[in-house]
Amino acid sequence: MGFSIDDSRPIYMQIAERIENDIIQGQLPEESQVPSTNQFASFYLINPATAAKGVNLLVDQEILYKKRGIGMFVASGSRMKLMEKRREQFFEQYVVTMIREAEKLGITAEELTNMIRRGDKS
Amino acid sequence: MRTVVKVKGLTKTYGNVNAIQDVSFSIESNKIYGLLGRNGAGKTTLMHLITAQQFASSGDIQVFGEHPYENNRVLSQCCFIKESQKYPDNYRINDLLEVSSFFFPNWDRDYAHTLIELFGLPLTRRIKKLSRGMLSSIGIVVGLASRAPLTMFDEPYLGLDAVARSLFYQQLIEDYGKYPRTIILSTHLIDEVSQMLEHVMVIDNGKLIIDEDADELRGSAFTVVGPATSVESFIVGRNVIDRKPFGGLLSATLMTRLSVRDQQQAATLGLEISSISLQQLIIHMTNGSLDGKVAMDQ
Repeated sequence: MGFSIDDSRPIYMQIAERIENDIIQGQLPEESQVPSTNQFASFYLINPATAAKGVNLLVDQEILYKKRGIGMFVASGSRMKLMEKRREQFFEQYVVTMIREAEKLGITAEELTNMIRRGDKS
Repeated sequence: MRTVVKVKGLTKTYGNVNAIQDVSFSIESNKIYGLLGRNGAGKTTLMHLITAQQFASSGDIQVFGEHPYENNRVLSQCCFIKESQKYPDNYRINDLLEVSSFFFPNWDRDYAHTLIELFGLPLTRRIKKLSRGMLSSIGIVVGLASRAPLTMFDEPYLGLDAVARSLFYQQLIEDYGKYPRTIILSTHLIDEVSQMLEHVMVIDNGKLIIDEDADELRGSAFTVVGPATSVESFIVGRNVIDRKPFGGLLSATLMTRLSVRDQQQAATLGLEISSISLQQLIIHMTNGSLDGKVAMDQ
């Protein structure tokens, strides 16, 4: 899984992000069942209440929904919804930061574009 | 949610030493609590007081809504595994399990035997022939299999290697998931247990300085590093819990949640920001530079 808990950020948010990633990457297809809170807890060795809080965050955003007596499932259309959200975050997190750093180093817009093309091939 | 332990104005003095000073808190049912702090901070004393093994100098303690002193209704619901727990020398491990089944109404015999196997304990060996690590493992077996509504582990690790410790954590989380109960883990190995905790209590010099949801604490402080003058202007009027100068640089840790405005301001000033772990936060708060309760700035 290659995912370890970062003790400097709320764990429930990390669990929610992990589920989001699995939905985006297709490991958790729409309408498939999400592991139970106890499964999350024993896999990551975290508190089940914390895992439940992460899952419930996604239920509130209608990414997951609950089937009574069975468990949590990925809602239809949630993959597109998450991709939209991540695209916006991508601009803020990566593009803006990259441009700021480029300015600091005196990299021109043209040089930056070339670098992106080069990075695409490698 | 039910209150399992309610403590008000609790003080315990030994001669002129204040082991516990005017401590108040409540512990709610079915949560895992971490009782953290340095050695000698008062963690063990506090647990002795909750289980009526010592008398308070002043203040009030209620456990399951009653006074715990010589009260079997309360004490039969508690399991307290002490650091270096003593057992009768001539007992065998299976005698100890037998006795435990009388002490604890929720005792699970099958689970106890599963744990004995997992920890590789010799059932028929006498207690006096066991290694330090095996004795610690027995404490863990009894603590988990007791399924006591209030289970307390006080530094249960003496002599336990990393493999046995992680076995303990795995079993704790799995069994707690199946049979929720109130668990208090007292330890100074904060990094190892922090992610399993729902609530954190930190004791320093007999005072309760943190009593907070664990995930609330994560991300409630951050460190800012950069040229001293810029850092100084950034931290004016803020709750600084640690500062370290380094040449012309200054690293300051602030007890406050990082806002978008902070990030922008830091970027403009050319400062680097990093979040700090729960363990680092607790170290900052218990290194003696702080006096009394720290205001949570949220």
